[in-house]
Amino acid sequence: METAASFYETPEPARFTGIWSWLFTQDHKRIGLMYLFAILFWFLLAVLLGGVLRLELMFPGETVLSPELYNSAFTLHGVIMIFLFIIPALPAVFGNFFLPIHIGADDVYFPKLNLLSWYLYMAGGGIAVFSLFSDGFADTGWTFYVPFSISTNTNVSTAVFAAFVLGFSSMLTGLNFITTVHKMRDRAMGWLQIPLFTWSLYATAWVQLLATPVVTITLVLVMIERFFNVGLFDPARGGDPILYQHLFWMYSHPAVYIMILPGMGVISEIIPVFARKSIFGYKAIVGSSLAIAIAGSLVWAHHMYTSGMSDTAVFVFSLLTFVVAIPSAIKVFSWVATLYKGAIEMTPPLFFSLCFIYLFSVGGLTGLVLGAAGANIHVHDTHFVVAHFHFTMFGGTGFAFFAALHYWWPKMFGRMYDFKKAYIAAILVTGGFMFHYVPMFILGLQGMPRRYYDYLPQYAAGNFFAGFGALFMILGIGLMVANLLASLGRQRDAGPDPWGGVTLEWTIPSPPPVHNFVRPPEIMAYPYDFSGVTDRSAHRQQGE
Amino acid sequence: MEHASHIFSYKTLGLVLGALLMLTGVTVGASYIDVGWLNVWIALVIASAKASLVLVVFMHMKSAGKGVVVSFLSTVFFLAIMIGFIFWDVAFR
Repeated sequence: METAASFYETPEPARFTGIWSWLFTQDHKRIGLMYLFAILFWFLLAVLLGGVLRLELMFPGETVLSPELYNSAFTLHGVIMIFLFIIPALPAVFGNFFLPIHIGADDVYFPKLNLLSWYLYMAGGGIAVFSLFSDGFADTGWTFYVPFSISTNTNVSTAVFAAFVLGFSSMLTGLNFITTVHKMRDRAMGWLQIPLFTWSLYATAWVQLLATPVVTITLVLVMIERFFNVGLFDPARGGDPILYQHLFWMYSHPAVYIMILPGMGVISEIIPVFARKSIFGYKAIVGSSLAIAIAGSLVWAHHMYTSGMSDTAVFVFSLLTFVVAIPSAIKVFSWVATLYKGAIEMTPPLFFSLCFIYLFSVGGLTGLVLGAAGANIHVHDTHFVVAHFHFTMFGGTGFAFFAALHYWWPKMFGRMYDFKKAYIAAILVTGGFMFHYVPMFILGLQGMPRRYYDYLPQYAAGNFFAGFGALFMILGIGLMVANLLASLGRQRDAGPDPWGGVTLEWTIPSPPPVHNFVRPPEIMAYPYDFSGVTDRSAHRQQGE
Repeated sequence: MEHASHIFSYKTLGLVLGALLMLTGVTVGASYIDVGWLNVWIALVIASAKASLVLVVFMHMKSAGKGVVVSFLSTVFFLAIMIGFIFWDVAFR
């Protein structure tokens, strides 16, 4: 393995030093890290907000929040988690850092546009914070449904504008990734030699590019309504409030695939490495990523079964919703089949990945309950939906983010973290997660609505347990982040390939040099060929 | 990296600008004439003509590579499907 100065020591462009070498960087790795720390900040803030919400709900009546503050707090929790954490987390951090390396490139195709995306992301976050200190944060929930979002006196316009700016950041990142995969891929790398994480980012990028403009324009329409009162969504003047829901979900349902697809890509990278076995069904996983991206974009109205939509539309969208379950199931099957008869080595990234498979499967299966039009009527807008959504998005994308953090941390920083603390944190987060969200399924089936400030006495036990679980989860997340950050005080001890990976990032030093590859990358005929790794392991054992 | 030449003369750009302004006038004028169910289609045809001019000339689609053209057409196709799917709701309410 060659040695080279890392990207930390060699700014790009070279004329900038210190803080300016970060603020004006065009290096995809530095931009990825800037996203990482910004996203971690927002994530921890939203986790604390969620904790306060559950604390309020632990006991009937007012405890720590007034009703108005509660409405704003759950809106802010949702807006931050969706627009500032889950959507950008995996593409912006790990996509930026690893997509060019995975395809043998030295950067993304548009480095300056990449930096602009980061500034737009920060600007969007800043505008959301600004709205907190003007007329109070929006109390509409992250969905900004009309007519309430047009009539409420809280500062919806600024919150909506923040989401509008963040949408542009997402679109530009998607555009950059598509172009990079097409134009910067190593000449020796065919489409079926691309690592699965990069495949998932490619599929995601198309959804980002095609669906995001719909919501950005829709949010502009909300602002136009608030400022000029045109009547676009007012039936008395020929408008249609359900049209807003169509336009909103036309983006926001594909957005859940923007969130989950890269997570699935992460799991597809981690499972074979720690099973020491080629991924089962590479082509099926690639195909299912594209199928999820396409089919997932055509199921948006399953959020609207009770909104007054036609029965024909309910039937069509229910049918399509069941179709989208098939490619998701193909992925889960492929991961489990990869583990079967593998030489499994348990590590923190694998632990999080296994939790992902379980939690995402529960989330997916409960999604079928909601996708079935008849059952949906009973649990629509109840805590069942909250639990389902968090099982897929937090248990899915969130846990994939944790897995990716633990998998690629040694590559990004050159330092290994403490395994014992990582396991304790993972157990606390997972155990807390179950205590937190399983009672919500039961509460939902019993009829407790979502977003309610107070509840009837029969819901007290479930809400108390959910709050109890949240405490453990927050403790686990705190320990996990502290453990990772503590590793930064260590010597660079991780080595280039601490896990025995085979994709290109494990062939270069940790942390990587500024142009990623010191010598031209060697592209393998198949990206998950572990024969070399098992040979290395056998030689090491003979040497011992 | 190859760069295809996509420079249009000022005369062409001026003509396109003039055509866009004229079509805007046509849009406004057409809104005053009620032809029933054709109202929407006439507005869409004029808007599509304007969008095509912008894409082909101002956004250099005329000289773009095959990949860019296919990518663009896929977005049109996708948008058409999305709008079409809303009719499952509106047409059957």
